[in-house]
Amino acid sequence: MCLGIPGQIIEVTDEARMMALASVSGVRREVNVACVATGALEDLVGQWALIHVGFAMSLIDEDEAAKTLEALRGLGEAQETLEAMAAGDAALAGPARDAMEESA
Amino acid sequence: MKHVQEFRDPKPAKALIARIGAVLDRIGATAEKPVHIMEICGGHTHAIFRYGLDKLVPPGLEFIHGPGCPVCVLPMSRVDECIEIAERPEVIFTTFGDAMRVPGTGKSLMQAKADGADIRMVYSPLDALEIARRNPEREVVFFGLGFETTTPSTALSIQAAAREGLANFSVFCNHITVPHPIRALLDDPHMVLDGFVGPGHVSMVIGVHPYDFIAEDYGKPLVVAGFEPLDLLQSVLMVLEQIAEGRAEIENQYARVVPEHGNPVSLAAIADVYEARPSFEWRGLGEIDASGLRIREAYRAWDAEEKFGIGYAAGARSVAEPEGCMCGAVMTGRMKPVACPQFGTGCTPEMPLGALMVSSEGACAAYYQYGGARAAEPAE
Ligand code: SF4
Repeated sequence: MCLGIPGQIIEVTDEARMMALASVSGVRREVNVACVATGALEDLVGQWALIHVGFAMSLIDEDEAAKTLEALRGLGEAQETLEAMAAGDAALAGPARDAMEESA
Repeated sequence: MKHVQEFRDPKPAKALIARIGAVLDRIGATAEKPVHIMEICGGHTHAIFRYGLDKLVPPGLEFIHGPGCPVCVLPMSRVDECIEIAERPEVIFTTFGDAMRVPGTGKSLMQAKADGADIRMVYSPLDALEIARRNPEREVVFFGLGFETTTPSTALSIQAAAREGLANFSVFCNHITVPHPIRALLDDPHMVLDGFVGPGHVSMVIGVHPYDFIAEDYGKPLVVAGFEPLDLLQSVLMVLEQIAEGRAEIENQYARVVPEHGNPVSLAAIADVYEARPSFEWRGLGEIDASGLRIREAYRAWDAEEKFGIGYAAGARSVAEPEGCMCGAVMTGRMKPVACPQFGTGCTPEMPLGALMVSSEGACAAYYQYGGARAAEPAE
């Protein structure tokens, strides 16, 4: 929960809510970019950020992203985060489909 | 027991370890008289064991595992309050998965869910907001938990709920801060600490200056560190060099991610939404002044404690920890996990008694999973 995961911002989805689509280890997920937005949101497209519980917290370079991802895989943290994202999607669908807790 | 990760970068690691050894010699540290360095962050604790760093470093260095896992320091009373809220029929209770197995006095959130409460695991407070938008007839409560890294995400979510007038969303706030428990530990006369490795992702939000008091008031060094194995080794070396040179400063090993003054947007959101509670209870550490955050008056409508008249809003109370649990002693470095009489018998990751066994970032779980160099030795 505390480490965050690198993702690449690929598209601005909601300017007003400061939301963008990020690709996290091949999985697409909407994230909030308020903490890393200094100019136009469009400028963020293509950049890498450390994403923590759905918020881009800090911009990082591609090299750092790759190294961090490797370390997270080693710690089992990357898999855990992807599972948490899937659990989040399931939670939106309703209690019946929220069956991820056993694997957490 | 899992196999400890093969070290992927042996050459730079070896060089760092040799330099750590040389500085330890210069300090005169030995197995009998080791230097004690506390890694505050549970992510660091996990990495130390996963990569076997505790075994790689010379015996003159002892890692003390700090209180930096928000799941581990959550007191039972707060878990009980979560369950009380979650079991209301109108409530959808949303939480990070990490908190599901933390034992309360009666049951965990996992057990409450099995008993029929509508408890949903989310990845982000934004998921909880979305559930609230889609279920206007239900009360959606988000279990806000974590240190400064997580705090801005709940703050921004509360601001969003306020902007949208989303009246059926609220946060049960258990956000805690890193600097205050460190002060409490440093004030503890039983603590033996020579320096700290500081949590990098917390500093990504707050910067490095909230730690200034550690150097100024207590004369101890702290190095803010990334969590890759080489980051950790380098940070340990930086702490040791300070000790050897008689310096006590706050240094930043993780400057590639951590800005000196933190993240201004995150800090502004935190300041807008939260204020310090007079005191907050930590599992194993007791009440610590100003160590927890509560939602400000202006956002009262989104404060689950106020909405449901629970927790500190109903008057603080304390619940005793389970009998035989030594989490407090372990968390202050006074006892190794293996020395706890419950370790591996009454308390395992499958059936945790204390919280340090629940989260993979807890010291007891890390010892149990990977074994530590000191764990392999006969019990002290
Ligand atoms: S073994 Fe269990 S009870 Fe003992 S200190 Fe660790 S978590 Fe607490």
